[in-house]
Amino acid sequence: MKTEGKHAIWKDYQKDIADDRYFYVRSCVRQNFFPGAEQTFLRIMRDVLGKDVYEHPCHTTCTGIGYHSDVVPFDTAMTVVARQFALMTESGYENLVPSCITSFGLYTEILETWHHFPETEAKVREYLKKATGREFKIPKNLAHASDVIYKFRKEIAQKAKYKLINKNTGEPLKVVEHIGCHYAKMFPHVGVGGAEYPYVLVGMVEDWGGEIVDYPERRHCCGFGFRQYLVQANRGYSVACSHKKFESMQPYKPDMIITNCPGCPMFLDKWQYTIAEMEGKTYGKDGHGIPVFTFEEVAGMVLGYDPWDIGLQVHQVSCEPILDKMGIPYDPTKKFADKSGQFLGAPEKPSVLKI
Amino acid sequence: MGKLFDKLAEDVRFREGLKACINCGTCTAICAAAEFYNYDPRSITDTVQGKNDDEILALLKGEQIWYCGECMSCKTRCPRGNTPGLIICALRSLSQELGYFTESEKGRQQLALKRTVGQWILDYGYCLYLEGVTTDIHPEQGPIWDWKQKNWRKVFDRLGANYKGEGPGILRKIPEESLEELRKIFEVTGGNERFKKIEEFSAKKAKEMNIPFDQTNENDYFKYIYSHNSNNHCNKE
Repeated sequence: MKTEGKHAIWKDYQKDIADDRYFYVRSCVRQNFFPGAEQTFLRIMRDVLGKDVYEHPCHTTCTGIGYHSDVVPFDTAMTVVARQFALMTESGYENLVPSCITSFGLYTEILETWHHFPETEAKVREYLKKATGREFKIPKNLAHASDVIYKFRKEIAQKAKYKLINKNTGEPLKVVEHIGCHYAKMFPHVGVGGAEYPYVLVGMVEDWGGEIVDYPERRHCCGFGFRQYLVQANRGYSVACSHKKFESMQPYKPDMIITNCPGCPMFLDKWQYTIAEMEGKTYGKDGHGIPVFTFEEVAGMVLGYDPWDIGLQVHQVSCEPILDKMGIPYDPTKKFADKSGQFLGAPEKPSVLKI
Repeated sequence: MGKLFDKLAEDVRFREGLKACINCGTCTAICAAAEFYNYDPRSITDTVQGKNDDEILALLKGEQIWYCGECMSCKTRCPRGNTPGLIICALRSLSQELGYFTESEKGRQQLALKRTVGQWILDYGYCLYLEGVTTDIHPEQGPIWDWKQKNWRKVFDRLGANYKGEGPGILRKIPEESLEELRKIFEVTGGNERFKKIEEFSAKKAKEMNIPFDQTNENDYFKYIYSHNSNNHCNKE
């Protein structure tokens, strides 16, 4: 892969990322599907990096999925987001960090709208005051959680117990990165590396020992498409998008996929199971899938956290091939255990996909 | 200039999304939806910039505007700074405001989205609240989801969540005062009005189609719009 051109592009798309005192807002999707990832993010930020990350108990959804399903009007979404800004302001914070890419995209869209249409900001301030009595300041810094981990990727590398390296061959793991569409496609200047060659995950992977795999459909959507997945009749759209990506990446034999959006890893994980059931086709080695991880999970693996503490047991495509390659120890008897270590029973095995 | 065009132009997203389309087709070439559906964001952009009310009305009543996945890939590539995805947002809003969404198979699905995602927002403060959502309607979630659903609380406790608890944390209970603020925001900003229109126009359409309709998600109309696919939407190649 020729990198000179890409490095030149990356230089044009650098962003300021605050270095401490973050106001963290959670993701509806990540909480439901990858709760261990958010827990791991906070553990790394607080325990490893010693940062101040505050979560207000009264913050809510940003309504992003409702907004992009077009049932929530833009004025409503803007005012709900303004309320999050108000909670941040009241708490004495200025640096907003969303866990979700849809949220990050919506916050960015709102701030850009207010920049170009100041009368819209004034209207939203009135709405918020009328509905809640609250007022707010615009965040000084808005960065996605993956931006923050990117910023501290070298510190994490220094404290790493494991690398993205195959311990048996000494070769870097071949990693496919998938960036959530709303990270930078709408506003390339807010993404590290821009929209065409985002560097936010590439930087992590390279500094943690892995090798990025370029492939033709790297920038294609995972297929969420909001209403295209949420309504059963439309789900063919969703699986078709992921299918296109798998077919495109398979010839490069990637060891794993890393993502920064909460929804994408769920789709790339679950659609592999679905395609295996529907078509008998699998994309990993010997009937396995390609393991899919969130950036928080990968950071946790590199730092040597117990795989079952960070939530790798809730993935449909099994994570063990990567753990074995990296040399990360794990106790198979604890994979499906509760907090006290009691076995909860194992999930059924898929009929095609090997786990 | 047509009245429908004027209505669209009231939406800041429409004004941001439509600069001047040169009909190059780059948006269609990059569009995930155009690959799957009989969908062409170039022609939609060209139609709305033509300002012809009859043609805009056909869009508002038709299937096409509901094919977009709002990934916004079109924004990145348009050489003239248009965003067909934002034009779609404005068209969908207007279609719901005027009740035209029930004239299309895909548009009618808005009721299902309102009664799931929309209701979860108001009831729980989350866009998704998946306790009890089973593989019957989401078979793609696989056996691992069945396992998680069976052990929902224990799995969340294992992973450090504050499931339905007070204070901060994963899937915490959003305080009632915060939910009240959320509901007030919906009331003040037109969110409730949008929901009301979706319900009213859907009830009217259900009556016209002679399909049983009620306030639950178990009625025939809901099930029909949620799962029916006429298979007339996709590229055949």
